[in-house]
Amino acid sequence: MASSCRRPEHSAPPDVFYNEDEAKKYSQNSRMIEIQSQMSERAVELLNLPEGQPCFLLDVGCGSGLSGDHLSEEGHYWVGMDISTAMLDVALDREVEGDLLLGDMGHGMPFRPGTFDGCISISALQWLCNADKRSHSPPRRLYTFFSTLYSSLARGSRAVFQLYPENSEQLELITAQAMRAGFSGGMVVDYPNSSKAKKFFLCLFAGVTGVLPKGLGSETSGRTVPNQVQYSGQRCRFKNMKGKSVKKGRDWILDKKERRRRQGRDVRPDTKYTGRQRRPHF
Amino acid sequence: MKLLTHNMLTSHVKGVTKGYPLLIKATEVKVNDVDFNPQFVCRMIPKLEWSALVEAADLLGHRQDLPSELVPDYEKNEDFLKKVHRALLEVEVIEGCLQCPESGREFPISRGIPNMLLNEDEV
Repeated sequence: MASSCRRPEHSAPPDVFYNEDEAKKYSQNSRMIEIQSQMSERAVELLNLPEGQPCFLLDVGCGSGLSGDHLSEEGHYWVGMDISTAMLDVALDREVEGDLLLGDMGHGMPFRPGTFDGCISISALQWLCNADKRSHSPPRRLYTFFSTLYSSLARGSRAVFQLYPENSEQLELITAQAMRAGFSGGMVVDYPNSSKAKKFFLCLFAGVTGVLPKGLGSETSGRTVPNQVQYSGQRCRFKNMKGKSVKKGRDWILDKKERRRRQGRDVRPDTKYTGRQRRPHF
Repeated sequence: MKLLTHNMLTSHVKGVTKGYPLLIKATEVKVNDVDFNPQFVCRMIPKLEWSALVEAADLLGHRQDLPSELVPDYEKNEDFLKKVHRALLEVEVIEGCLQCPESGREFPISRGIPNMLLNEDEV
């Protein structure tokens, strides 16, 4: 069960994972609802739609309509697509204002060219990176999705995807297919130095080259931290020198204090006393 | 499924060139009350396939004297905008199916949600 909590796409395909029990959580679990609402709000902010104008938007992986509700609140009209009937049933019960479709995003978007003024997707894109059937090829499904999405969007509009990438290879695969399909843009990372608050938004532009918006929380760090996250395949372990424990030593202490400072915590300044050898009875 | 969505939907089956417009075969239709937003209706009219909208509204029996040709200068004509608003956002197909004009393949509609899932060979 622990593994499915970390990465649900490793336990089952989305239409199986999002069954009635799981779908119920999306209408009852207040923490889940809050997180999803916050991410939807940020995604709409990144869409940079013209002020005061009701737009026609697409919500990919709309699920129970949590993100769609936010779109309605902003005065927009939307069409949502999801692969799970259980989640769409919850959306119907919640009486969402958008129109719903049952569909697989890897099959392509079934819309006329230039239909939408923008597209959002919350916590859905990573599901496309797994092969759930023998006939699935994730790169091809990603490309089919992005190319049909590109044509469904009006020129000059954006597509914003909040996702949970497993590793840098997955991120690269996704962005490569998006660029192949004709999109420009890149990743916006909010709070890159906090493991809890860090959120990835793939911000794509259809037809125009735009300036990538800045991620939140990147101004708090003293040095210039790039918006791209440097991933490493494995944890960086300090070299175990002379058989001594890795958790002691002045270097490790200074590093840990620097880490905590980056997280925004209160840390004592480094002095000549930091990590100094104390007298034995300490 | 509202008629606004239907106006944008095409068949995305592999090999189909003319998958638009999808023919509506409705067994249950509902009319809701939706707030009238003239700005949105004005913006959407140029994006619509007008003939497809009129045909669909006619088929459902909710045409309500929508003209066959788009009237010029519709921005000020509130009456006309209200009619378009009704057809686009208030008429909803609850049960039925959508049929592809080229292949005849049917996409069922259940509880207002069209099922656009494709089979392995159609992707």
